[in-house]
Amino acid sequence: MSTKYETVIGLEVHVQLSTKSKIFCGCSTEFGKAPNINTCPVCLGLPGSLPVLNKKVVDYAMLAGMALSCDIAEYSKFDRKNYFYPDLAKAYQISQFDLPIAENGNIEIETDNGIFNIGVTRVHLEEDAGKLVHEGSIDKSEASLVDYNRSGVPLIEIVSEPDIRTPAQAKAYLTELKLILEYLEISDCNMEEGSLRCDANVSLRPEGQKEFGTKAELKNMNSFSAVEKGLEYEVKRQQKLLDEGQVVVQETRTWDEDLNKTISMRGKEEAHDYRYFPDPDLLPLEINQSWKKEIRERLPELPREKYKRFISEFSLPAYDAGVITGNREMAEFFETVLKDYNDPKNISNWMMGEFLRLLNENNEGPYDSGVSPENLSKMLKMIDEDVISGKIAKKVFEIMYESGKDPEKIVEEEGLKQISDEDELESLVDQIIAANPDAVEDIKNGKDRAIGFLVGQIMKETRGKANPGLVNQMLRDKLMD
Amino acid sequence: MNLYDLTIHELKDKLNKGETTVAEIRKAFADRIAAVEDKVKSYLTLTDDLAAKNAAKYEEKKDELLAGIPIAIKDNISTEAIKTSCASKVLENYKPPFNSTVVDKLDAAGALIIGKTNMDEFAMGSSTENSAFFNTNNPWNLNHAPGGSSGGSAAAVAAGECAAALGSDTGGSIRQPASYCGVVGLKLTYGMVSRYGLVAFASSLDQIGPITKDVEDCAIMTNVITGYDEKDSTSVADKAEDYRKYLKEDVSGMKIGIPEEYFNLDFDQEVKDSVLAAVKELEKAGAEVETVHITDAAYALAAYYIIGPAEASSNLARYDGVRYGLRSEEADDVRSMFFNTRSEGFGDEVKRRIVIGTYALSSGYYDAYYLKAQKVRTLIKDDFDRIFNDFDLIVTPTAPTTAIELGTKSDPLEMYYTDIFTVPINIAGVPAMSIPCGFDSNNMPIGLQLIGPHFGEGKIIQAAYTLEKILDLKDKRAEL
Repeated sequence: MSTKYETVIGLEVHVQLSTKSKIFCGCSTEFGKAPNINTCPVCLGLPGSLPVLNKKVVDYAMLAGMALSCDIAEYSKFDRKNYFYPDLAKAYQISQFDLPIAENGNIEIETDNGIFNIGVTRVHLEEDAGKLVHEGSIDKSEASLVDYNRSGVPLIEIVSEPDIRTPAQAKAYLTELKLILEYLEISDCNMEEGSLRCDANVSLRPEGQKEFGTKAELKNMNSFSAVEKGLEYEVKRQQKLLDEGQVVVQETRTWDEDLNKTISMRGKEEAHDYRYFPDPDLLPLEINQSWKKEIRERLPELPREKYKRFISEFSLPAYDAGVITGNREMAEFFETVLKDYNDPKNISNWMMGEFLRLLNENNEGPYDSGVSPENLSKMLKMIDEDVISGKIAKKVFEIMYESGKDPEKIVEEEGLKQISDEDELESLVDQIIAANPDAVEDIKNGKDRAIGFLVGQIMKETRGKANPGLVNQMLRDKLMD
Repeated sequence: MNLYDLTIHELKDKLNKGETTVAEIRKAFADRIAAVEDKVKSYLTLTDDLAAKNAAKYEEKKDELLAGIPIAIKDNISTEAIKTSCASKVLENYKPPFNSTVVDKLDAAGALIIGKTNMDEFAMGSSTENSAFFNTNNPWNLNHAPGGSSGGSAAAVAAGECAAALGSDTGGSIRQPASYCGVVGLKLTYGMVSRYGLVAFASSLDQIGPITKDVEDCAIMTNVITGYDEKDSTSVADKAEDYRKYLKEDVSGMKIGIPEEYFNLDFDQEVKDSVLAAVKELEKAGAEVETVHITDAAYALAAYYIIGPAEASSNLARYDGVRYGLRSEEADDVRSMFFNTRSEGFGDEVKRRIVIGTYALSSGYYDAYYLKAQKVRTLIKDDFDRIFNDFDLIVTPTAPTTAIELGTKSDPLEMYYTDIFTVPINIAGVPAMSIPCGFDSNNMPIGLQLIGPHFGEGKIIQAAYTLEKILDLKDKRAEL
């Protein structure tokens, strides 16, 4: 009988804040510039240079802290984390050690197995390091170059409690965290560009045991699915060790995407002593009530709240509410359409269908497209009022997406208006009856489906413009009295 | 008197009256340097091109405080495109791409920056013998040290190789060499002078300050270099004044404290007598002199030798061979590049302090050393604040002896002890000045330290100015 184990996961997430300038100097944070362009004496750590805190960075960190239901510190400070590495210009990173800007928060997550509350231990501010560029691969490289453009880009590190029990929960936590930060508009949260990075602490313990097992720290998981896969691998690896009566060694392991496994990087003995101490170049950070109030007023409705409200207030199915609130702009767009057009489900159908398809194809956000909320509501009304059919509407929508034109104008210019005038359709209906004697015979013999065929013929002749309901009624009147 | 012997205000006076020209001044100092530099060895780099640039702008800047005045700068103060080596091999050929704020201020004030002065490597030392390049000799006796770490600056002023100079003071590095060289040196309240561009040794203690031939020059230099700087988060807003208004011969009613615990320490009797005689003069001039009690200076020295090295171990970690300065030729990977660069690049005293500081910050020792030292620091600061509730100034010797002979202090602890009177001032963050108060039997200058409360530079200048007038030593020059 093998013991049953419980997985314990804690995540450390580094997020680049999207301020225009760096945390301690005026250099631009823009990604993708030529190497070492966005640098100055401060972020290069030249002798005699001094850091000056960017207030906006603090604002952003406070927003994050508040959105994660943290207590915001009244008194916080910056500390130096000392270690040698070529990408670290000063050979220390300015970070926060014992007095982080925010503590004691939580994130509510939802997986297929239910709703869970994951504690957030702390949110702290720090500066990013530069980046090493190796010629070829790191082990065979003859030379390495350093790019300090990233040096001094503001980061927040968000540390979770060890409350996560499955890799799926870890993924849900990351997804929700990313969504919250996107709602706050304080980070691009782009894992490929490195603006969101995740390390994980994983351990197993026999079910029912209180003490934690020995943990491994996992690094280098560069996508959400890598986090999930890496954790799954690591849980299995530790499980196997324990089942075989071996012990888990405390160490740092790296996820190798190509090999699909985690590999040991360094053991506990090689762990750094960072010799943290308060940075004498920076004053302590004092956050008074009015500053807190100012930031709290900027806090938007958060994704979880919005999701719940969309379900309760608009009676949207949970799935729809999830998709629509899965993007702050989509949710805003939705509510703007709703001001003029009171059929939430119909709006969500259109937004999740045609709209999302086109947005994904073009890799755009809703406000980047030609569709305005006003025009979408106008178009939906035109469908309801039989001005256009649902099928024609798809065509109108595509033109609207490309051109940004008013749907009424599109219908007029393209001659797409629905024909709902009996007199106008009369002769065409008669023609089709005359041309399809077999179908007419079928209908008279009770084969109702043949009506659909005739309607189809008329729609074809009118290039979709005929009001299909009206045509159907006219055919019935003529053939089935 | 020769032009090179004159003070800033005397030179300005002559310029304004048309009795001399900037060209004459430049030539006088250049000739003086040519004549005595071999003996004194104050300078690491001469910057005649830089001086020429501002000399050419004399007409447009002639109303500025330092227009046409030759000034020397300690080599740990960054000067754009000019070597700033901190007297270290690790930065031997380092040329900063930017000016420190004080250099910009000197430049704006029309100063002719004529050279970068020798110092103890990274300002760690009390005799300038820790320079990686050469010793500087005391102009009053070439076999003696000029003090340190701003020994080059003090010697240059005393030798007439510049009109005035900038030094930096972390535990006495302006005041102690000023005392040894018989000139005036001021360490200002922490935060009064921007540290932007000053190569950091111990960030919470470092302050740039003037070394001058007299108190009036000290006030002028202080006017130029003080003021808030948005590039230095620890710089103080709205405290700078026109210090020339304190150039008054008046100490009546001024309360001066004489700390018994300091005077009870074992130090040179001639120094003690000279300082106490000067205090008597102040008393005669109307000051109220009283004994005060103060925390034993040994605690300050102990705290200093934890906090200073701790900060230094972090501040000096960046000299790793990656970006600038020395990179060891012997390296074959990143790790050996770090190791060898730092082994070859730093001198013994710097290494010693890096090791001490690294140890003090290490996990498991942090509370016992760094944290405790910070607590001691708070107590010392509180102690000074308490005294300054009742007193305007405190007077002590600047150093326990006059200038030491070169090569005689090989025990680092003995050397550390030479800063016993100056270190507590940096620990407390208060201002203090060293001014000459006499000479010992070997004709070596003795320095008196005037300590003021935070932002009490004005009171210090006023008392020092008064004392200077009474003692009438300011025109006495070293014979070279």
